[in-house]
Amino acid sequence: MFEIFTRLADWLVYQLMGLSADTKLGDALHFFVEDVSKIYVLLVVMIYVIALARASLNVERVRDFLAGRNRGFGYLLGSGFGAITPFCSCSSIPVFLGFTSAGIPVGITMAFLLTSPLINEVAVLLLMSLLGWKFTLLYVVVGMGVGILGGVFLDQIRAERWLQSFARKALERGKQQGKQQQPAQSSGPAEKLSFAERHQFAKGETGEIFGRVWKWVIIGVGLGAALHGFVPDGWIESHLGDGQWWSVPAAVLLGIPLYSNATGVIPVMESLIVNGLPIGTTLAFCMSTVAASFPEFILLKQVMQWRLLAILFAVLLAAFTLVGWIFNLLTPFI
Amino acid sequence: MKTIKVLGSGCSKCIKTAEIITKVAAEVGAEVDVIKETDPEAIMNYGVMSTPAVVIDEQVVHSGSIPSQDAIRGWLKS
Repeated sequence: MFEIFTRLADWLVYQLMGLSADTKLGDALHFFVEDVSKIYVLLVVMIYVIALARASLNVERVRDFLAGRNRGFGYLLGSGFGAITPFCSCSSIPVFLGFTSAGIPVGITMAFLLTSPLINEVAVLLLMSLLGWKFTLLYVVVGMGVGILGGVFLDQIRAERWLQSFARKALERGKQQGKQQQPAQSSGPAEKLSFAERHQFAKGETGEIFGRVWKWVIIGVGLGAALHGFVPDGWIESHLGDGQWWSVPAAVLLGIPLYSNATGVIPVMESLIVNGLPIGTTLAFCMSTVAASFPEFILLKQVMQWRLLAILFAVLLAAFTLVGWIFNLLTPFI
Repeated sequence: MKTIKVLGSGCSKCIKTAEIITKVAAEVGAEVDVIKETDPEAIMNYGVMSTPAVVIDEQVVHSGSIPSQDAIRGWLKS
């Protein structure tokens, strides 16, 4: 089914541009054209289809659903909804406060917010097409695991102590209200959407998401192509291929200043793995790039005190390092 | 004169929302005062979770996206 993209790249690079498949440039360019065209087509089709299905899901409904749930199950649900609910990262603060003022524990809210950048439909789709379903499943399980355990940990240390005072008060009020009755400002019964409305929504989503991620695909695949064509075969494997213990924390640290979304980083992952970087090290690098970024953390300062921010940051870095080590150990058995 | 607040943390969509409202208001000749509200506590108090959101006379009329020009015309008329 994906053969057509190989043909397209053959035709464009080898015939039209007259490059030889044996040159580095030809090889890198072929890889670039094939991957970019494949990813673009997949993105447009899949974002549309997925958006049709989830047109009626939004953060308001997730909040109403999570409010007043029992805790143990709450983390799993919070993380799961984080993976499938669409929302722009510029809305993280209003979402955090919306959940908090509905009395939802900080840990469950954070399970939602931590999982959200790591897993989304675009990321899953790219992973499936570039690295196969096994790796995708692994990625989803690990991503949700980080969100869930991070959330549990934050509640264990009673992280709400270190919220900014207005947010802490909102949480208290929310808990009181929750005990008296069901959520005060419920968004009403689920409205039934007609197909035309769903189509409108899906069209809008496709345009918007594609508009946001297309350049990341170019950057990501471009980097991947450069790795593919110009880093000598076996270089990564012979230098980092044994999964030396320090390579994992090094990869996590390297990922902090690099900021990308999952869409841009996945094509790079593909090249790193194909070039022989161990899976754990690759995962650690990519998760750190996607989820631990300074701009996002500065935003969270509006609702959290420095102390909680520092703890959160440390938790994430430790989690990604552990993920890397565990996967490097397990690789021989996968 | 209507006071219109655009709620949002200053992301590009919120800025566009404020611009488009100002533009439509000028077109239909409505007198408006467009204010950008970026304070998270204020946004929370309106119960808004998806930004950009639009508040007219303290009522939330829209949230989660850049409103369409038609919608804006409708708000300005009433």
